[in-house]
Amino acid sequence: MSAVFESFQQRFAEIPEALRAAGGLAESRAEALAAAVADGLPAPRAERWRYTNLRAFGARSYRAAAGAAVDAALIADIPAPRLAFVNGWLDSALSDLSALPEGVSFRALGRVLPGAQARDVVHLGRRFKQADELFARLNAALAVEGALIIVEAGKTIDTPLHIVSIGAPESAEAAWHLRHLIDLGAHASLTVVEHLLSSDAHAHLENSLTQVHLKPGAVLRHARQQSAAPGAQLFQRIDASLAAGAQYRRVDLDLGAGLSRLEFNARLEGEGAQVISGGAQLADGRRALDTRLQMHHIAGNTSCDLRWRGLASGRGKLSFYGGIHIHAGADGTDASLQDRNLLLSDAAEINTQPVLVIDADEVKAAHGATVGELDAGALFYLRSRGLPEAQARALLTRAFLVEALDALDHSELAETLSRALIDRLEGAEL
Amino acid sequence: MLRIENLHVSAGGREILKGLSLELEPGTLHAVMGPNGAGKSTLGHVLAGREGYEVTQGSVEFNGVDLLALEPEERAAAGVFLAFQYPVEIPGVNNTYFLRTALNAQRKARGEEELDAMQFLKLVRQKLQVLELKDELLHRAVNVGFSGGEKKRNEIFQMAVLEPKLAILDETDSGLDIDALKAVAAGVNAQRSDERAFLVITHYQRLLDYIVPDRVHVLSDGRIVESGGPELAKQLESHGYAWVKDRQTPEHV
Repeated sequence: MSAVFESFQQRFAEIPEALRAAGGLAESRAEALAAAVADGLPAPRAERWRYTNLRAFGARSYRAAAGAAVDAALIADIPAPRLAFVNGWLDSALSDLSALPEGVSFRALGRVLPGAQARDVVHLGRRFKQADELFARLNAALAVEGALIIVEAGKTIDTPLHIVSIGAPESAEAAWHLRHLIDLGAHASLTVVEHLLSSDAHAHLENSLTQVHLKPGAVLRHARQQSAAPGAQLFQRIDASLAAGAQYRRVDLDLGAGLSRLEFNARLEGEGAQVISGGAQLADGRRALDTRLQMHHIAGNTSCDLRWRGLASGRGKLSFYGGIHIHAGADGTDASLQDRNLLLSDAAEINTQPVLVIDADEVKAAHGATVGELDAGALFYLRSRGLPEAQARALLTRAFLVEALDALDHSELAETLSRALIDRLEGAEL
Repeated sequence: MLRIENLHVSAGGREILKGLSLELEPGTLHAVMGPNGAGKSTLGHVLAGREGYEVTQGSVEFNGVDLLALEPEERAAAGVFLAFQYPVEIPGVNNTYFLRTALNAQRKARGEEELDAMQFLKLVRQKLQVLELKDELLHRAVNVGFSGGEKKRNEIFQMAVLEPKLAILDETDSGLDIDALKAVAAGVNAQRSDERAFLVITHYQRLLDYIVPDRVHVLSDGRIVESGGPELAKQLESHGYAWVKDRQTPEHV
């Protein structure tokens, strides 16, 4: 058994019995851990893990996170209502639920779990059957913290909710598992912004699993800004299910971490459901980003519009898989995937793989993936107007990436994210 | 102001300019005319500093400075402006933001104070009036979705804001209908001044009906083969380029 599994078994044993059994989950947690240990690490050649090397992970031993004090200045720009977690633990001092609008419940799982009934935490009981769903299984076994967001049917919540996860240095490498739920009732609407930050350099592992449930006609705008420290290891998975007429707009802005693995799976189960997803990813330095999107069009007249932009420079490594499966019966589906990338150095690497599987009739499906350099003509145009080369490159790079933020259809939020992107690019070596 | 001497330029292993000489004084407007393939656009590109051209012989002096030794942005800051034949579309970059960034980059390079948003807006308003350019173009991405005429007018607008010492217009008339041509010409004429020199590169005489040059030069096979007053353009129009094609300047005979 790899060292890492022994450490997770120990962490499992340390969870207080009452917490482990809360919500009637004792059995499913134990099963999930046993399954993870039994199946072990995905083989290096396993299709879904080709671009994320888990060898170093397997040799590690993660301690339980003790938590750390974080200067509130780090989140001074993030408004309330917000839940803030530091190394996987809720930080009440940094959290602020004072401005919470009516019609939405926004709670920390750690507060709900002790004494929870099974119906309160149904989402935690989900089982993961695939042998390579290692991180989802570890999450199912070990997660005792996260955010629980439930919006009542018919409620429009204009104030964005913020989920903040901060990694902070500790004496040893730690791992934590966050489990988030975003559940919108029929015709409810909500905006959620996730922030992944670090207070200082660290090499911790964050394993998060987010379940998104959108009932008929619900609209969720969801932005994730990942600016973790260069050593941080992030494994993130989002599983969304959409009922008829539901709309999920999502933007992922990946600017940090040493390794960031992102899986976004959506099931469009109801007629006319829509996913609009944009991503802007910056793999500079020695950072590795591995993104996998998998859209399942199950009902008719569903649509997805996936607009992703990536940039690799230095020794950065960017991998993108865009899977669209139009199931039998999902007639009238309109699916579009566009992944455009800039490769700015010889030592950087970009792998992009769009995969379309169509089992229905009368569908529209378009996909395109490109890897290129900055347009020499545009670069000269800007320089001929007086912009120094570095400034011209930064401007073109930003313009290239920023297009992905349109997916949110929320100009204020897009503006905030775009500022974060600009700040980040200014310090980057492109 | 501008002194080009015996300029030889190659691109892709082929010699395009073969000993071009030209002098330009402040306050004058010179037209360079010539058939396709004569090297007109190469001249504009080399002066602005585009990559891909090799200067094998000759020199270009701009206000006493070796222009060819400067980076494109240094040439811009020194006062050289090229209005592109094919203005480049830049999605995601707002026209106004782009222009302010460019102007401030030039000012910074010259050691001048940068303009804040308000000062810049005032300047833009002033220049817009002269050019009759639609306000909304300023808020769109640079040249994206612009018509051919709008792109060319945007070039002239940029020139108006950047106030160069030397403006090179590379076939600014190409692809324009007569109304757009008149508008562009009016924009150029409004910017003629004693301190500014213009080098207007064109295939057709038509533009020179509206922008009257002080001198006309005929470029053929990489050399200036004929120079004269505005009447030379008219002669070309009636005789065609075949008339000058085989002629050479005396020093090359």
